[in-house]
Amino acid sequence: MDDAGVIIAFWILAGLTVGSALGIAGSRNLIHAVVFLITTLMGLAGLYITLSADFIAIVQILVYVGAISVLFLFAIVLTPTANRTNQDGFLALPALALCTLVSALLIFVALDTEWNTPDHAGFTETATSIGALLLDKYVLPFEIASVLLLVAVIGSIVLVRPEPVDESVEAE
Amino acid sequence: MIGAMIPLLKGEWYDLRDLSNLVDEVLTGLDDLGLPAWTEYVAASLLGAVGIFLWTILSVLAFIWIERRVVGLMQNRIGPNRVGPNGLLQPLADAFKLLLKEAITVKGADKWVFWAAPVMIFIPTLAVFAVIPFNEKMILADLNVGVLFLIAIAGINTPVVFLAGWSQNNKYALLGAMRIIAMLISYELVQVLALLGPVLFVSSMRMADIVAWQDHYNTWIFFIQPLGLLAYIIAGAVETNRSPMDIAEAESEIVAGYHTEYSGIKFGFFYQAEYLAGFAVAAAVVALYLGGWTAWGLEKWVPGWIIYIAKLYVVFFVYIWSRGTLPRLRIDQLQAFAWKFLLPIMLLNVVVVGAEVLIWRENELSAGEALPVIGLVNFFFGVAMVVGWARFLGHGKGKQTGAGAILTQDVGAIFYKGEPA
Repeated sequence: MDDAGVIIAFWILAGLTVGSALGIAGSRNLIHAVVFLITTLMGLAGLYITLSADFIAIVQILVYVGAISVLFLFAIVLTPTANRTNQDGFLALPALALCTLVSALLIFVALDTEWNTPDHAGFTETATSIGALLLDKYVLPFEIASVLLLVAVIGSIVLVRPEPVDESVEAE
Repeated sequence: MIGAMIPLLKGEWYDLRDLSNLVDEVLTGLDDLGLPAWTEYVAASLLGAVGIFLWTILSVLAFIWIERRVVGLMQNRIGPNRVGPNGLLQPLADAFKLLLKEAITVKGADKWVFWAAPVMIFIPTLAVFAVIPFNEKMILADLNVGVLFLIAIAGINTPVVFLAGWSQNNKYALLGAMRIIAMLISYELVQVLALLGPVLFVSSMRMADIVAWQDHYNTWIFFIQPLGLLAYIIAGAVETNRSPMDIAEAESEIVAGYHTEYSGIKFGFFYQAEYLAGFAVAAAVVALYLGGWTAWGLEKWVPGWIIYIAKLYVVFFVYIWSRGTLPRLRIDQLQAFAWKFLLPIMLLNVVVVGAEVLIWRENELSAGEALPVIGLVNFFFGVAMVVGWARFLGHGKGKQTGAGAILTQDVGAIFYKGEPA
C-alpha cells in the first residue's frame, strides 16, 4: 500500500462500504436497505481488487450483487408486513448493545493480531490456480457442494409443483 | 504514394489505424511532467472511457434512425422521414425532446429510488465496454477474468431494473420488472454455459487472449462452436429487450413495463441503456465467436477497430432484424425455452467441448488436424441436438393442414374446425 493511487482507492472504497453499511442499518424502508446492500457489496468487490484478488472480486459482483440481492428483493416484496416500521421494537437496545460488543471485539482482534505483510511480488492472476485447486485437490468438497445445490434446486421444484390432476376423477 | 507513407505513419500518434498510439503519446507526455504513477492510470481510464462514451453516443444516435427505418422497411411502411433529409435528424430531435420534457415523479413513488435507478442502470451498461478488445492494443482494461466481468457487470442490471419497476408504485411497472428478472436470470445461465465453449478452447478468460487464439489458428470460434453462438445470441436478445424477448415492456399488455412512469431524460437513460446493452452483447459475440478485430488478412489493410465495429453493427443488425420479423413470445414460452430447451443442450455442449479439448491436448494433435474435425463434430452435434431435443419435447410435429404455419400451432394457437390454419 505504498502507491498513493492504491491508498486513495482504498479510502474511497472503504468510505463507500462502511457508509452504505450504516445506511443498511439506518434506513427504515427495507428496499432502501437493499440498495445500500448492493453498494456495500460493490465496495467490497473494489476492496478485493485492491488486494489483487481479481477472481473473488468479480465473483462477488456476479453472485452477491447480481443474484443474492435479487433474492433479498423478492423476499421483501413477498413478505406482507415488510413495510412496517420495526425500529421501535423492544429489542432495539439489546441489539445496539450486541452490535457494539461485536464491533469492539472485531476492532480489538484487528489491532491485537500481528499481521503478516506480504512483500510486493506484483500481481499474479488467481483464476487459474483457483480452478486447478477446485478440480484437483479440493474436488470432493467441490462435488459435495454441487450435489447440495442440485438437491436444493430439485427440492424447490418439488415444493412448488402443483398436484397432478387425477384424470379419472375429472372424467366423471 | 500512400504505400510509401504507411510505414512512416507506423507508431505515430496521428496513425488512425491504432488509436492506442494517441493514448501512449498523451501518457508519455504526462510522465514527462513528473506526475505520480497513479495519475497515468486515471488519465488512461479517462481517455478510454471518454472515447468509448462518445462512440456509443454516436452509434446510438445513428442506430435509432437505422432501426426505425429498417423496421419500417420490413413492415412495409416508411419510418421517420420528416426531420432533415430522409429523417436523418430525427434522433437528434428525439434527444432534445427528451431533454426538454418535464421529468414527472408520480404520486406515491419512492422518490429516492425513482431517481437513482436510471443513473444506476447506466453505469454497468457502460462499464461492460471496458473489457472489449477493439484492436490488438485498444482494450481499456485487459482483465484476466474478462469473460466473467462481462457476465457479472451485466448482472448488476437485474436488481436495478427491479428497483426501477418497484419505485414507481405502479402495478404494470412491477409486473414488467418481475418479468424481466425472470427472463434475465434464466437466460444468464444459458449465457454462461455458452461462454464456457470459447473459454475451454482458449483456456483463458482474457478477452484479448480469445481474439489472439482465433488469430493464431486462423479460424473463428463460430466455426467450431455454432451451437454456442446460436445460444449466446438468443440469450443476449433478452438483454437487448427486443422482440421476440420484449415481454418486459410489452406495450399492448403492460403499458411500457418497468419504465411505465418514467418520462423525460430519465426515460432517455433507460432507452440509451437498452441500446448500450445490445451493443455490449454484440461486442461480446464478435470477440468470442467472430474473431474480434481479425478478418483473415483484411486487418493488414483496414484498421482492426473498424473491422471490429463493422462486425458489431452486423450482429446488432440481426437483433433489429429479429425485432422487425418475429412475434413476441409469452413468458411461459420464454421460460420453457430457456430451461427445457437451451439449458440441457448447452450442458451437453459443455461436456462435448470438454471431451474434445481433452482429446486434442492429450494426443497432442496439430491444430490443422484437430480443428476441422472438431468443427464438423460440433456442427452435426448442434443440428442433432436442436432437432432431436425439439422432437423429444414434442415440438416440430404440428399437424400439417395445408398452408398453415406449424410454428403457430406449436406455440398453442387455437384453430377452429373448418377454419383454414
